[in-house]
Amino acid sequence: MDTMGSDENILEMRGITKVFPGVVANDNVDLDVRYGEVHSLLGENGAGKSTLVKILFGLCQPDEGSIHLRGEPIAVESPAEAIASRIGMIHQHFMLVPTLTVAENVALGTQSTRRPFTDLDVVSRRVSEISEKHGLAVDPSVEVRRLAVGERQRVEIIKALYRDAELLVLDEPTAVLTPGEVDDLFVILRRMANDGRGLIFISHKLREVLTLSDRITVLRNGKVVGTTAPAETSREELAQMMVGRAVRLTPDKPLMDASAAQLKVEGLTIRGDRETVAVDDISFEVRSGEILGVAGVSGNGQRELAEAIAGLRAVEPGGSIRIAGVDVTGDDTRSRRDRGLGFIPEERMRDGAIAEFTVSENLVLVDHGAAEFTSRGMLDFGSIREHSQKLVDDFAVKTPGIDTPTSSLSGGNIQKVILARELSASPTVLLACQPTRGVDIGAAEYIHTRLIQQRSLGTATILISEDLDEVMGLADRIAVMYEGEIVAIVPSEEATRDRIGLLMAGVVEAPDQSSV
Amino acid sequence: MIKGVLGALVPLLAALAAFAFGAMMLVTLGASPLAGLDAMLDGAFGSGSRIAATAVKATPLILVGAGITIAFRTSVINIGGEGQIIAGALLSTVVALSFPNLPAFILVPLVLLSGAVGGGILGAVPGALKAYASVNEILSTIMLNLVMVQFMNFLLRGPLIDPFELEAGTRIPQTQRLSDNATLPTLLDGTRLHIGVPVAICAAVGAYLILWRTPTGFRLRAVGYSPEAARAAGISVKRNITLAMTLSGSLGGIAGAILVFGSEGQRMVTDGSAAGFTGSAGFNGIVAALFGGLHPLWTIPSAMLFGALLTGATQLQRVLQVPAALAVALNGIIVIFVISSTPVRGWLQRSLADSGLFNRSSDTAGMD
Repeated sequence: MDTMGSDENILEMRGITKVFPGVVANDNVDLDVRYGEVHSLLGENGAGKSTLVKILFGLCQPDEGSIHLRGEPIAVESPAEAIASRIGMIHQHFMLVPTLTVAENVALGTQSTRRPFTDLDVVSRRVSEISEKHGLAVDPSVEVRRLAVGERQRVEIIKALYRDAELLVLDEPTAVLTPGEVDDLFVILRRMANDGRGLIFISHKLREVLTLSDRITVLRNGKVVGTTAPAETSREELAQMMVGRAVRLTPDKPLMDASAAQLKVEGLTIRGDRETVAVDDISFEVRSGEILGVAGVSGNGQRELAEAIAGLRAVEPGGSIRIAGVDVTGDDTRSRRDRGLGFIPEERMRDGAIAEFTVSENLVLVDHGAAEFTSRGMLDFGSIREHSQKLVDDFAVKTPGIDTPTSSLSGGNIQKVILARELSASPTVLLACQPTRGVDIGAAEYIHTRLIQQRSLGTATILISEDLDEVMGLADRIAVMYEGEIVAIVPSEEATRDRIGLLMAGVVEAPDQSSV
Repeated sequence: MIKGVLGALVPLLAALAAFAFGAMMLVTLGASPLAGLDAMLDGAFGSGSRIAATAVKATPLILVGAGITIAFRTSVINIGGEGQIIAGALLSTVVALSFPNLPAFILVPLVLLSGAVGGGILGAVPGALKAYASVNEILSTIMLNLVMVQFMNFLLRGPLIDPFELEAGTRIPQTQRLSDNATLPTLLDGTRLHIGVPVAICAAVGAYLILWRTPTGFRLRAVGYSPEAARAAGISVKRNITLAMTLSGSLGGIAGAILVFGSEGQRMVTDGSAAGFTGSAGFNGIVAALFGGLHPLWTIPSAMLFGALLTGATQLQRVLQVPAALAVALNGIIVIFVISSTPVRGWLQRSLADSGLFNRSSDTAGMD
């Protein structure tokens, strides 16, 4: 990717310091952005990325430091001033009114040329011009609520361009996009940089940052760790800069002898929420000591499959699910768990843990009624506390105590609580859905290590994930789902990113081809 | 910590504000607020028998309130206290009519148990309807209140009417005098303090133990906070919703039995309305539970406060010659103040946090 950037800076932030009660969010941070450059800000949750751009956009004021825009010192007091200074911001959560059209959303907060009347036709025309020029295909007359997520994001970008933004901040713009939409977005962003704009791209996804950026600045605990360029660095090095220690992105997997099938799914057809067929006649098995990865773009039936295996969704007649040789197709979640199923749900805060419960209560959410935690019909808090403390220590859960409300823990630590609960039951079959989505690299690394350990103990794991690196790093075999079907099951040693990527897009291989 | 202080302080302030409002009403009626307060305190707590009367008034509120905490903690909104009281009263009355000669030490527990069964059935029905057929429990419980009033009127005018009323032709809708063996024994001579009061307190303690000390209560609260997470953990949401409504209804049903067998008339009477029999305990119990922060143990003093309002009002009327309806109004005003105190509490917490005086976690949340 060639760099169009000149050496001239559009933005210079110098010595930015911002202290929140108890936390130094930014500690003497410097950031330069050149004209025509995509400059990525990389860091874990809480590293200070968002605070830095909030300061730039006037959403909060720095305690110390200066900002120069186009060589002039500025003090941004409010977002309105930022916009007037031609700074645009694409927030992680879209700032759009769903019931208004694209043109109306763009016009919101701008001055009409025909006051006191609106000039939506003029706006529409300019929106069309902008979308044509930058390849942002969107119909200005459509209501925003009818748009897909990727399209809504384009509207946000158009909004910024309509206001003639020359410095554009994108706060985790890919978090909500499918891989295809991410590719489209990157083409658009690169084109805007080539026009001479400066772009600040915030992410914690290493691969994206390496693909898109001209330069990368890594933040950790509010401080700049360093600034580098994709050609000079690697995923491993960036991860180390983010976390502050060496990180294994792909854990070592000991060889396991494939043995008995512990989870066996045959002829499974599942209807989705709208009664349409979400999963269409699939069969597979997972053996003891094996991780079966399920890859696929979100919405191709993975969620329904997971719910069916967990006993949360009914399956169509004819299909069967067996755990450790026993047919559990008609059983409820409780009896499947009693048969040895462990379940890490995709929606951590909705299905995995109860926010209002304490850490300890969530750790016994499944097994609270077991003999070891009750005595004479009452909960035995002594043994529950002992068990909880042991799990918190074993799984390195960062929490002030076991009686802390779970809602006050970070995402990664809540996930560790769920992991601890599910693994402590020594599952025969483990269903892990998006186990590291949105968690810090350090926690993700830990979760991966634990899943591998569980594999060594003989658990049959089915890992459903949209993170292709995760699936390829952990799985022994990879099942690719597309439109409710398993289009292929590929042994990991034969899997390449390109091959899996094509399968995820529904490109089915000819039977003889071993790789694409 | 600040949250805890506000949690206790705000309802108290709300109650004080309500009393200030009541004082203003007394002034407009031409009476002295201080004399009014004095009369009410005297009426509610002025003597042993008055304290006993207050406790007896509070008894159904404690029971219904404790039941409400179980339902609400499971996220089931039980508005059917009135109907559940009536169901418990009717079943226990039928049992007492059927076995009048059982000795008291069997019959008294039996009628209380029958009350629990009757109320429990009337709670289980809307509970099961919600769990298995997604019928809104607020609507179904309110409807069942209406059904139960008419059912009570039908029974007391027809099948259960005192045969003497038929002979005499007066046809007052009431049962015959119930067996003395079913009468709730009094605990202190010369007062109306009967065994129903400790029964209610034990029931509230029981509700607390169930909710926070047993696996069953753990499941109820899990379902109440997050049905999705409970379900994924293997807890049956349907079964627990039904169970919560059953327990809640059975406590109301015990209140119904106590209203019948703790009454001086020792028979069940209807004036055609639900409130005529229940004294609106099915609704006031909800208020007592909310005022007690949906905690069964705090529901006990909270119910005592409302019981005191009811007994104090009689004295207020006698001494100051103001309408007894003032107490009902005061009751309502407390409800309004307490319920609106929840947003006030949130607002206070936020503004205290924004002022930077207190370092709360929300200050640093979302600033990564």
